Amino acid sequence: MGYLGEIFVMAMTAIFIQNFVLARFLGLCPYLGVSKKLDSALGMGLAVIFVMTLASAITFLINKYLLIRYDLMYLQTIAFILTIAALVQFVEMVIQKNAPALYNSLGVFLPLITTNCAVLGVAILNTTAFRPDGVTPYNFLDSVLNGFFSGVGFTVVLLAMAGLRMRLEKAELPKSMQGMPIALIIAGIMALAFYGFMGFKI
Amino acid sequence: MIFTLLETASILSTIGLPVLIIGALGFLFGLILAIASKVFEVKIDPRVEEIICVLPGANCGACGKAGCAGYADKIVHGGEAINKCAPGGPDVAAQIAKIMGMEAGQMDRKVAVIHCSSGGYENTNWKYSYDGVQTCKSANSLAGGPNACAWGCLGLNDCLRACQFDAISIDTNGMRLIDFDKCTACGACVQACPRDLIDLVSLKRNVYIKCSSQDKGGEARKVCGSTHPCIGCGLCSKECPVDAISIENSLAHIDYEKCINCGLCATVCPTKAILDLLFGTRLKAEIDPESCIGCTICAKVCPVDAISGEIKKLHTVDKSKCIGCQQCVPKCPKNAIEMV
Repeated sequence: MGYLGEIFVMAMTAIFIQNFVLARFLGLCPYLGVSKKLDSALGMGLAVIFVMTLASAITFLINKYLLIRYDLMYLQTIAFILTIAALVQFVEMVIQKNAPALYNSLGVFLPLITTNCAVLGVAILNTTAFRPDGVTPYNFLDSVLNGFFSGVGFTVVLLAMAGLRMRLEKAELPKSMQGMPIALIIAGIMALAFYGFMGFKI
Repeated sequence: MIFTLLETASILSTIGLPVLIIGALGFLFGLILAIASKVFEVKIDPRVEEIICVLPGANCGACGKAGCAGYADKIVHGGEAINKCAPGGPDVAAQIAKIMGMEAGQMDRKVAVIHCSSGGYENTNWKYSYDGVQTCKSANSLAGGPNACAWGCLGLNDCLRACQFDAISIDTNGMRLIDFDKCTACGACVQACPRDLIDLVSLKRNVYIKCSSQDKGGEARKVCGSTHPCIGCGLCSKECPVDAISIENSLAHIDYEKCINCGLCATVCPTKAILDLLFGTRLKAEIDPESCIGCTICAKVCPVDAISGEIKKLHTVDKSKCIGCQQCVPKCPKNAIEMV
């Protein structure tokens, strides 16, 4: 299997088999909170892809050249949170200055991502993940790609959920099931459906 | 317990190194952010912040902007009117006026009105019997809706469900009634109506058109179940003393910037498609014979020529002609005109 094949496997794994929301149950807050409208779900998804990719890159460097070198792996969580928070702030400032239109469309989602556990999740999982051969740990490019594809997986699921919920608005539901209850049930059914991907061998 | 020098050094390096590294990281990020905040600084008008503090912060969207912050930004940079915050009312408008250094102006209370007089069980012509999901949104998407008029009310009460203030009720005929006292002009029903029949109209303008049909006159008459369709005849437009009414696509439209609330259009409409809430209750002008100096100003401003009289002689109002528009009252230099 060439490197392109490995990237394909990584993409399929991150998007479907080990989807952050439906298989790892990370990032559930935005999954339920921002999935009422398609356009805001898309905005959130794009922001998450962006931040996950960048966070994967920076945290990989910090992990390799600071934490592992000085044997400080137990500080991983706090160091990564610090990094992600600072990164999101920085990115927000740059976007506000250079691309006001993008800033307005991302709006409140960008700062919200600071506390999205899926971003911290991808950063930490990158440090423990192995290439398909099962021996080599992820290198820099692998980490960045994994971050990107995990973000794509998050976006796909968020968009699917938003589409379903927009259709559900027209459905006649018992009052006790409207809103969050039916959203949670759908989330469960979607998770079951994604569980089916676990059987794939690629 | 006494530490040996070696133990002390070992403890220092165990605790000190992580503290140093995380501290250095934090300091570095802080420094970068501090520099970035200068380099990428976006100037924000301090007035925007002040207005955000004054606004209720409910982010209800009644002003038509995306939340209170959006409205504050538009006031400062977009020249938006300062009296659009419905929940805040005149108090907030006054406070914003102080911040912006201008007059508060009159808080113009608006209410929602339905531009259709059809929609009940008896006053709607049905094209087919609709048995699907009982919302206007769904009914409207099935073969253009179950009612014969393609512009009229579908009668499934999406607006009623959207209203959070119980301002919309249904009468025995299934018609929607809007309670102007309860209506806060939040615009939820305006959004909910799939046929855009609902509009926010200033409460001071008590004349509005009860129809949205853009069909030609004959067709509109045929399909309308309430017999009050606008047929686009243009009589109101011709009669309007201030040219506030225009006809577009066989439908009359009132420009409320120009409208003087005289109600003349409602009286001339052949199909009674214009509703005048003040009909019959308007006061008529009367000139105090002792104060009148015969300056003729009132006669000149009267849109219906109800005031007559020669120069420097007493003027009189023909009460059968007077429509109670009050145009003459503020113009009289002697304050001789009263509405009685």
